[in-house]
Amino acid sequence: MGYEPQADFGTPEVLSEITVTLTIDGRPISVPAGTSVMRAAAESGGSIPKLCASDNLAAFGSCRLCLVEVDGMRGTPASCTTPVAEGMVVHTQTPRLQRLRKGVMELYISDHPLDCLTCSANNDCELQDTAAQVGLRDVRYGYEGASHLGLGVDSSNPYFDFDPSKCIACSRCVRACDEVQGTLALTMDGRGFASTISAGQSADNFLSSECVSCGACVQACPTATLQEKAVKEIGKPERAVITTCAYCGVGCTFRAEMRGEQLVRMVPWKDGKANRGHSCVKGRFAWGYAHHKDRITSPMIRESIDQPWREVSWDEALSHTATRLNAIKAQHGARALGGITSSRCTNEETFLVQKLVRAGFGSNNVDTCARVCHSPTGYGLKQTFGTSAGTQDFDSVMDADVILLIGANPTDAHPVFASRMKRRLRQGAKLIVIDPRRIDLVRSPHVEAAHHLPLQPGTNVAVLTAMAHVIVTEKLADEAFIRERCDWDEYQDWAAFVADERHSPEALEAVTRVPAADLRAAARLYATGGNGAIYYGLGVTEHSQGSSTVMAIANLAMATGNIGRRGVGVNPLRGQNNVQGACDMGSFPHELSGYRHISDGATRALFEADWGVALDPDPGLRIPNMLDAAVDGSFRALYVQGEDILQSDPNTHHVAAGLKAMDLVIVHDLFLNETANYAHVFLPGSTFLEKDGTFTNAERRIQLVRKVMEPANGMSDWQVTQALANAMGLGWSYSHPREIMDEVARLTPSFAGVSFARLEEAGSLQWPVNAAHPDGSPIMHEDGFVRGKGHFVVTDYIPTDERTGPRYPLLLTTGRILSQYNVGAQTRRTENSIWHDEDVLEIHPTDAENRGLNTGDWVRLASRTGETTLRALVTDRVAPGVVYTTFHHPSTQANVVTTDYSDWATNCPEYKVTAVQVAPSNGPSDWQRDYDAQARQSRRIAGHAEAAE
Amino acid sequence: MNVDTLVMMANQIARNLAARGEEVAVAAVAEHIRDFWDPRMIKALHEAARDSLEPIARAALTRLGDSG
Ligand code: SF4
Ligand code: SF4
Ligand code: SF4
Ligand code: FES
Repeated sequence: MGYEPQADFGTPEVLSEITVTLTIDGRPISVPAGTSVMRAAAESGGSIPKLCASDNLAAFGSCRLCLVEVDGMRGTPASCTTPVAEGMVVHTQTPRLQRLRKGVMELYISDHPLDCLTCSANNDCELQDTAAQVGLRDVRYGYEGASHLGLGVDSSNPYFDFDPSKCIACSRCVRACDEVQGTLALTMDGRGFASTISAGQSADNFLSSECVSCGACVQACPTATLQEKAVKEIGKPERAVITTCAYCGVGCTFRAEMRGEQLVRMVPWKDGKANRGHSCVKGRFAWGYAHHKDRITSPMIRESIDQPWREVSWDEALSHTATRLNAIKAQHGARALGGITSSRCTNEETFLVQKLVRAGFGSNNVDTCARVCHSPTGYGLKQTFGTSAGTQDFDSVMDADVILLIGANPTDAHPVFASRMKRRLRQGAKLIVIDPRRIDLVRSPHVEAAHHLPLQPGTNVAVLTAMAHVIVTEKLADEAFIRERCDWDEYQDWAAFVADERHSPEALEAVTRVPAADLRAAARLYATGGNGAIYYGLGVTEHSQGSSTVMAIANLAMATGNIGRRGVGVNPLRGQNNVQGACDMGSFPHELSGYRHISDGATRALFEADWGVALDPDPGLRIPNMLDAAVDGSFRALYVQGEDILQSDPNTHHVAAGLKAMDLVIVHDLFLNETANYAHVFLPGSTFLEKDGTFTNAERRIQLVRKVMEPANGMSDWQVTQALANAMGLGWSYSHPREIMDEVARLTPSFAGVSFARLEEAGSLQWPVNAAHPDGSPIMHEDGFVRGKGHFVVTDYIPTDERTGPRYPLLLTTGRILSQYNVGAQTRRTENSIWHDEDVLEIHPTDAENRGLNTGDWVRLASRTGETTLRALVTDRVAPGVVYTTFHHPSTQANVVTTDYSDWATNCPEYKVTAVQVAPSNGPSDWQRDYDAQARQSRRIAGHAEAAE
Repeated sequence: MNVDTLVMMANQIARNLAARGEEVAVAAVAEHIRDFWDPRMIKALHEAARDSLEPIARAALTRLGDSG
């Protein structure tokens, strides 16, 4: 694709069943009622000059450039604010309009520096284009008037500059921040030409303001006032390739705008159905890690982990690894080998890794990082509804009347979806937040939760059961729905269980610490407030009752009939970009792709016939079991693609002991991550910019990832896995990831209709895509549950074994922050660290005072498992008795303190509840010092002066 | 395998399924373990001290033994 800016129709699309026909410049055109004249003209191929309008913003009508003449109407109305009417006759180009527009344009230009030739937006500037469009040739006013010309540039944001001298006061940026992002960071001060844009208070710059660096204002700006620094440095892009963000489960699609082999900028793609043209700071700006000096691009091996790494050729690395794998298999059996697939890699790459384990290694010891995040979602939703996935598309939130948000912090972890949600909340939908911490959505500009239930960490099941108690005992359940769609007998058993007095909000208050009256009010609102939609995150799953909580959520949705149509549903907010896909592709040890149990002979036979090998019929080991089995000696070799289990998994000591006990650890990654400290083989990985494939987001939406540059390491990740398989003698011959997807489709009923060609054509598809749903399935369970009847599951509240006591009196819970992503391997290697350069411990003022702590003090955070140190942040966002931190930085190693407790059904670790003590400290703990020394030692590369980070 | 961990896991599954009534729970625990545990884990649990298993988990293990 050559470089074309994205089309801008001027005003948002209107969805109306009523069509209106009008005539524009002599041509008839039919559009939905409510469409603006400007958009109608654009849709018919015309273009009316405009400056203040943009199709992702409500029409504003301030610049007066878009004037038109309408037969029978006086004056020259602004086409952006004038809706179409039946039979309307519009003229967009007349001598009078031309004169008026030129006059307006002249005023704008008189206030604008005329340094077009040296301006970074030259040839990509709407002001320039519009001046040409209206035929402006000279300016009569001189350039001396009130202007912005003397104002200095604000370069505080690491990714974009604000040069107010070029501002034309169109306020598109202000409206983008308000309407699209919902942060309301910008204001317009003054009037007319004297008006100026400012971020935050007068003393603020972009960095110190509330700005979250989403880039919406930069995209909206028609001039070079707000512009990416990279455009200034590299120059205007020459081509654009549509691809998908590799960070979170929202799955925003972007135009990777390129100049030669260089990526200039990532601009959110307006036609992307997950993001609708919006983005967050990570996907938009934080891609610099792809070229970071720490990136390893040649394969390396070593005999033992105390040796320095030795760089070798691909051939040597692969044959060495294959020989070792085959030898371990010969000596210890297939079940001594396993692999971990990556939720950051493509579906095709993930599918190949699990195929390598099952068909090549000969075991089912394959797991994925979903183990530590959403495995309870897979289990719980499969039990209740029959499908291991969320029920809605993101657009559905725009039809929700009540949003119930549990254990999720979307403004930090799923920012683009949070912006959609906020838009709906500003329109009047009600919000209930169940979270121990006062997340931003509880109160932010123009958004206030109707109820915030600040529960004691670990009591989700109790709170949800109490809500069910209210719904059942106050007769708020939707019996008609239940009778038609669910198993009535099971419902009655469940209803009797939750109706028991011991499950009343009053009885459970002592456990949950949620005032019973608030809980009752929240339950009534969810059950009776119209369309009720549940969104949840890792605050639900990462508990010893994670699976029970997911089922309790599903029970609530079924009991209130909030499933199977737009505006309702049960929606897990998935963490990593492709965690849904990694699960779909058969990354769990008990399941083949499409969630079919490995013990099912018919499914196995299908794969055996296709792959030409016999498969092990028994489930394999999950990650924590692999580590245990390693210590025990029955598990000896592990291939880890794109995961850093040492940093991301709980109880770091346990992970380290497991890895250390293995004979062969193969790490396939971009960087020498923490797990690589225990590795014997390092296979360099490729970034999402360097490969073709697909990712599947939290809406089950399969989207294409397109290669925009050659892999720095020489091979895309799927090629590396294939090369390893072939070194082991498997004889694979995929020439493109599309062939891998064809295999997935052939073997997986829910993907039967998926192919790269179909994805190219449709833009994206939401599985299931099959004969019954050839265009995919935005909403699930519309005509009945996938499993048949909806299954109510009795979910008893079984408290975690992790208890506070005199030695560990506080509860630690963990979370994420907007600018950093998971273990931070990528975002820490970008300018994003300017916003978050260390993990801090949030502690309530009372708890801080009792310990003599102030914000900024070093504290020792100790649990029964281990201890670490970090700085304190005293805040009442957390309740007394609760402390909170993130785990983005390896130096903090928050997982040194997390425990081995895990979800009863899936072993998803209990990251959200650890009993801890907090005390003043002088600096890093012994463990941190030792770890640092060991890591430094382990990262040495023979012949390199300095170890990478 | 770390037997203590396996016992803890089995007991935890049993406790979470107990509310379904003993008979259903025993069958459900056995099914859960068969569906999600690697054979070497089941074997190690069989060899573990049964005393540390709670009654439902113990009955489930016996059932697993019966059905192979
Ligand atoms: S980058 Fe985003 S948050 Fe910051 S001012 Fe612009 S629109 Fe607002
Ligand atoms: S900064 Fe750009 S978008 Fe904002 S008012 Fe100025 S010209 Fe318009
Ligand atoms: S990190 Fe998530 S929200 Fe941000 S741009 Fe990427 S997919 Fe979108
Ligand atoms: S584009 Fe219509 S008034 Fe500015």
